[in-house]
Amino acid sequence: MLDLAPQKKEQPVQLTGAQALVRSLEQQGVEVVFGLPGGAILPAYDPLRSSSLRHVLVRHEQGAGHAAEGYAWATGRTGVCLVTSGPGATNLVTALADAYMDSVPMVAITGQVSTAMIGTDAFQEADITGITLPVTKHNELVTSAERLPAAIAEAFHIASTGRPGPVLVDVPKDILQATMTWGPGTWPPAMNLPGYRLPAAPDQAAVRAAATLLRQARRPVLYVGGGVIKAGAHAELLALAELAQAPVTTTLMARGAFPDPHPLALGMPGMHGCYTAVAALQEADLVVALGARFDDRVTGNLATFAPHAKIVHADIDPAEIGKNRVPDVPIPGDVRATLAGLTESMAALIAENGPPDTGYWLRCIGDWKRRFPLRYTQDADGPLKPQHVVERLSALTGGEAVVVAGVGQHQMHAAQHYSFTTPRSWINSGGLGTMGFAVPAAMGAQVGRPGELVVAIDGDGCFQMTAQELATCAIEHLPIKVLIFNNGFLGMVRQWQELFYEERYSEVELGTAIPDYVKLAEAYGCHGLRCDRADDVDAVLDKALATTDVPTVVDFRVHDREGVFPMVPAGRPNDEIVLGPEFTGDEQRAATRRELRGEPTKNTEVLAR
Amino acid sequence: MSTHTLSVLVENKPGVLAHVAGLFSRRAFNISSLAVGPTEDPKVSRMTIVVDGASTPVEQVAKQLDKLVRVLKVVELDDHAAVERELALIKVRIDPALRGELLEVATVFHTKVVDMSPETVILEATSSPGKLDSLLENLERYGTCELVRTGRIAMSRGSGTITDNDLAPLAEAV
Repeated sequence: MLDLAPQKKEQPVQLTGAQALVRSLEQQGVEVVFGLPGGAILPAYDPLRSSSLRHVLVRHEQGAGHAAEGYAWATGRTGVCLVTSGPGATNLVTALADAYMDSVPMVAITGQVSTAMIGTDAFQEADITGITLPVTKHNELVTSAERLPAAIAEAFHIASTGRPGPVLVDVPKDILQATMTWGPGTWPPAMNLPGYRLPAAPDQAAVRAAATLLRQARRPVLYVGGGVIKAGAHAELLALAELAQAPVTTTLMARGAFPDPHPLALGMPGMHGCYTAVAALQEADLVVALGARFDDRVTGNLATFAPHAKIVHADIDPAEIGKNRVPDVPIPGDVRATLAGLTESMAALIAENGPPDTGYWLRCIGDWKRRFPLRYTQDADGPLKPQHVVERLSALTGGEAVVVAGVGQHQMHAAQHYSFTTPRSWINSGGLGTMGFAVPAAMGAQVGRPGELVVAIDGDGCFQMTAQELATCAIEHLPIKVLIFNNGFLGMVRQWQELFYEERYSEVELGTAIPDYVKLAEAYGCHGLRCDRADDVDAVLDKALATTDVPTVVDFRVHDREGVFPMVPAGRPNDEIVLGPEFTGDEQRAATRRELRGEPTKNTEVLAR
Repeated sequence: MSTHTLSVLVENKPGVLAHVAGLFSRRAFNISSLAVGPTEDPKVSRMTIVVDGASTPVEQVAKQLDKLVRVLKVVELDDHAAVERELALIKVRIDPALRGELLEVATVFHTKVVDMSPETVILEATSSPGKLDSLLENLERYGTCELVRTGRIAMSRGSGTITDNDLAPLAEAV
């Protein structure tokens, strides 16, 4: 169709680098920037005032980084943060490393000292492109104002395509102050990235080979990683799983990619995975890895992981394929296209040869789920259990909140006991394991999904690392809920000292009383609540969930001896999974034997019935 | 030691060497040598990277290199089908009485004498890595007092070039 509207020809204008930077961000479609100004980035903050961009002023640059991550996790769009040179930039490093490990699309713009000062140890100078080289997908020091539009466009392109990741653009102060000509051809700029190739479509022959294996497998497992959520492939995953009648395990990065209430859902695999998911992988004759990377927290001792299984490995990053486990069928490429292709091939194979024969396998899995579930005991008058809080939250929110976690016991309890039903409803620091992630990430998620329920489940250790962003949340009207699981310890470290250092507790006790989290919340303009009894959990949660004008912090005084189970000790084979104190010795022995080795036996047929 | 030779085309831009070196450090890859210089195209530089195959999975190296935005192409050269050369300057402190003998060794190995002082001789050797090693062995008994090597550079034999399609990038062939 011809566009008959009169073309308004844009006249070339002279802009400062700072104006060009802000205009580039606007043109890029950025709606929000998390940041904190300082000397070198000052010129950029001037045109920001009159721009269409929303700027969220954080209290610490690390908060800006995690907020950008939380925004990206929650929305699928690229998170943006803007900070100054030197310490501003170095404070971002943890967030960049976190985003790199978890493949989070993020663009960080850092001010830099003027070009002439670079290398002179000038005030607030840091070689941030050098420092962040190993923790960014790409970075660039911009050397002219004319280059800015293309540098920004390329940064967003690289951050958001292929395997996503953080990109840092370092802009010296004199480049922000220099002038450039913004003409009709300036945006969209031509990108010059000859070495950056997007992944090819998945190889059809490989997809057919994988479908053939899946059709023939008797004990298949779909091992789903965060790539499925990033590819927006949850619908395709559900279609394939149901067609193939194959059970699905979702990793810590993929919680929500497959609905937990579904009969084919196994829950989370790995070190603190559900017994059934761990056992199913160990007994599988076929593991189809989809956007997952055979991380050590999933595989345990790599040599003994899924020993009977053929491996199909689909991932957008060719370097992940064969990095840890050599697959029988490698499928580099977009996992959504791969899943669609697998379903199509499966349908054809089923039409020809009949459905896959996984009935016996699903009965075994049902048996494991029944006998070895996640188990904890909440006595009515006993100490409050963190698992109980998560389960009540899950029930009261219908599994529909956006749940954000820090790192440690509370994170594992949340990942295990919350019943996730939709993708992008679980946000955490998976790969890097960054304590202090939850509050600022929840802030970013709430910015990206206003009006939705965003709940941070945090530990008392984690919370104290980044709690200052409560001020940002209160001022920006971001009514996040922060549920502190306050056990007065660095709980996960305490658990390791209990199990592996003969209860020699070293520097893990924080105490429950200092700070007073209710007063702290109130000091930050938030609503503060406290709960230490199981009976009160629902009422307190109801109150917290109903508060929508200010952020709410709940100090849940939870049992300090509660561990996270099941557990595979680090570096050990998954076969050594420990069910924990809630199970008897007989149950542990039955679980260890699994009563299913290689081909089905009569004994297991009986058990499975 | 089993080594692999990777030819890597990269954009001729600032910071590229840091990206490549940073990758090797970050991934704990061991490299034996790295040589870098311009190519027939001024926008492109070429690195020749020799990887110790025993400690470092060469396929993983190639795939990770290929992910770097400024890396254009990664090709593993088959050492039987490639010309491999290294340049070395070797300063030998030598008893004048033995100087004639040393020059004979130099001639056998096609090395050139590029500097001479009353006590020392500098030899320039250009050869395949294996021959260079054997030259150095032969010189040991005279007392090598200073050695500098460029690291290996390499090019595939025959009419094909690294920019031809028939030399498919290693990282694309999973």
